[in-house]
Amino acid sequence: MAEAPEETVVHDELKFANDSKMTARDVSVYYGAKKAVDRVSIDVDSHFVTAFIGPSGCGKSTFLRCFNRMNDTIDIARVEGDIQLDGENIYDTRMDVVQLRARVGMVFQKPNPFPKSIYENIAYGPRIHGIADSKSDMDRIVETSLTRAGLWNEVKDRLDESGTALSGGQQQRLCIARAIAVDPEVILMDEPCSALDPIATAKVEELIDELRGRYAIVIVTHNMQQAARVSQRTAFFHLGNLVEYGPTEEIFTNPRADRTRDYITGRFG
Amino acid sequence: MSLGGFALVVLVLAIASYAAARMRAAAFGRADGARLHSRPVYHGTWAFVLALLPALLLVSVWSIIGGNIVASQTLAQLPEAARPAAGIARETFLGELRAVVDGTIAAAFDPNVAAAVPIYRQTQSQWTLLIGGLAILLALIGGGYAWMHSKADFRARTNVERIATILLAVASLVAILTTFGIVLSLLYESLEFFSRVSPLEFIFGTHWSPQTAIRSDQVGSTGAFGAVPLFWGTIFIGAVIAMLVAIPLGLMSAIYLTQYARPGARKVLKPLLEILAGVPTVVYGYFAALTVAPAVRDFAMSIGIAGASSESALAAGSVMGIMIIPFISSMADDSLSAVPGAMRDGSLAMGATPSETIKRVLVPAALPGIVGGVLLAVSRAIGETMIVVMAAGQAANLTANPLESVTTVTAQIVQLLTGDQEFDSAKTLSAFALGLVLFIVTLLLNIYALAVVKRYREAYE
Repeated sequence: MAEAPEETVVHDELKFANDSKMTARDVSVYYGAKKAVDRVSIDVDSHFVTAFIGPSGCGKSTFLRCFNRMNDTIDIARVEGDIQLDGENIYDTRMDVVQLRARVGMVFQKPNPFPKSIYENIAYGPRIHGIADSKSDMDRIVETSLTRAGLWNEVKDRLDESGTALSGGQQQRLCIARAIAVDPEVILMDEPCSALDPIATAKVEELIDELRGRYAIVIVTHNMQQAARVSQRTAFFHLGNLVEYGPTEEIFTNPRADRTRDYITGRFG
Repeated sequence: MSLGGFALVVLVLAIASYAAARMRAAAFGRADGARLHSRPVYHGTWAFVLALLPALLLVSVWSIIGGNIVASQTLAQLPEAARPAAGIARETFLGELRAVVDGTIAAAFDPNVAAAVPIYRQTQSQWTLLIGGLAILLALIGGGYAWMHSKADFRARTNVERIATILLAVASLVAILTTFGIVLSLLYESLEFFSRVSPLEFIFGTHWSPQTAIRSDQVGSTGAFGAVPLFWGTIFIGAVIAMLVAIPLGLMSAIYLTQYARPGARKVLKPLLEILAGVPTVVYGYFAALTVAPAVRDFAMSIGIAGASSESALAAGSVMGIMIIPFISSMADDSLSAVPGAMRDGSLAMGATPSETIKRVLVPAALPGIVGGVLLAVSRAIGETMIVVMAAGQAANLTANPLESVTTVTAQIVQLLTGDQEFDSAKTLSAFALGLVLFIVTLLLNIYALAVVKRYREAYE
């Protein structure tokens, strides 16, 4: 990997953003001796959907997992640099990872509902965080979360059925509902549609659009059309570097870095 | 020449056929340049099989039924007066006759037997000659047939494969048939027992005292075959006390090993735990009898419980529990590892702590596998013999007090069948009935446990 990374091209509109929900400064991630992410700095805006794009192995998923410290679960992973949530360093020893993950939720590549009922899947988070005070409170949370995830009408009559019995697309929306049940501030999505068919993908994309504004959303995708459809901010990663970060329209119509242009026009990746 | 000698000749013939057929096939390949369907070695093997198998089959069949044929022909040649009566007399006569012929005893006690010896010898050697000759003939025919048929396009390989398949199938049948044989003999002896003691008394009776009177004037040996105290003792030790020890310890060590231990620690600890499974049960037995049981008794006395037995259910059960730990832990380990990592990540990403994740997601997801493992462990524990023989005692008490001595089905079977026993008394036969019950229970447990585990495996394929 290059010793000195090329300068990240950050578009002017984003340079002076003062509405950042999360900020990363000089973040590097190592897997053992291998450097997967190289000194990346980025601001995530709370009002927009931010897409991380780039070819496989460019470090975008690894970088995403730094935002809720999911890399902690991998023994050999080591994170350097500084990531802040509302001005608080999340890698600080005073930061409680349990609370951090309640504030920064995550949706994974493959739908991973728990082998429990649909109701219990949603109630899981509120229960471990002690959010609901009563059964009716919990019922309300379950209904709201499922409604926001656009799943309520499909499952309201079978909340007792197993979450794993749903279709792939429904399972993924269940996972999104599960994430929003604890009322997070940020939702991280790691290629949430890569295991879904086009129709289910469209539904999830529609859902992401509806959730925009209520939550800061960061989505990793290898699908450039998807990034163009759902995001307002796009960051292009290559070989562990953040190459370019700007408004989605600009990135796709008028990329400034050569590597971005090559990738967008399909010359590699 | 004995039958063994003939068998040797057959083997030599088979090897010769192998060599001949192989060379002939190789010659085909060279001579007309035609492509052989099978490599020469398969032609050779096919000839070997054809020469050997029919002859071997004949010899084996003869060695099973031959003895009877020779014996009955010998008896038929004896004068009417010298012939033994049917039944026991015939058996002893033949036993003595064979012993003389084999040279086990120098001379016969019964003059009739002495008279029969030369006849037996002659009949036997006639038959041996006949069967041996037939075997050699079969080997020649088989080898010759194969040799004549080895042509370039002969599908020797296919035939050899088919023979191999059949041989493997027969090998697997042996184990299955043996099991059937064991079950049948258990069943037979048990029926014999139940013709003397009512099954209702056996299954529901609460008094076990298998000593039966040998002479009618004996007192105190009435014989009572109520097996409930035995079943209870077995369940109490194997399914209650042992599981109280093994399930928490096994499960927790599995959770530690799969979820918390660093890879280095796991690499060391897991084999160490599995060593427990390799300790011979007799070693556990004297550990239970000499170390744990006295300790349990002393402890009971020290807290003021009078009359604690030095052979206690608690001692046997807890040592058995220790023995079962690796069983449960490795099953639980497997099922916990089989839960997709995405499930764990999903829970952690919700802000659950590792222990919440284990308690609420991983263990529930792995539960069917864990339950299956526990059922297999129970079935193993109730069939376990050595520990209970040495540490649990022989008193058939119907008690829930773990400090008292109880006995189990297996321990009783050992006691009923060791030493000199008459094989037609209810006492001895009851061992078979107990064995049958044990067999049925463990069989059902195993079938159910494997079904549970299998269903679980399918869920995550």
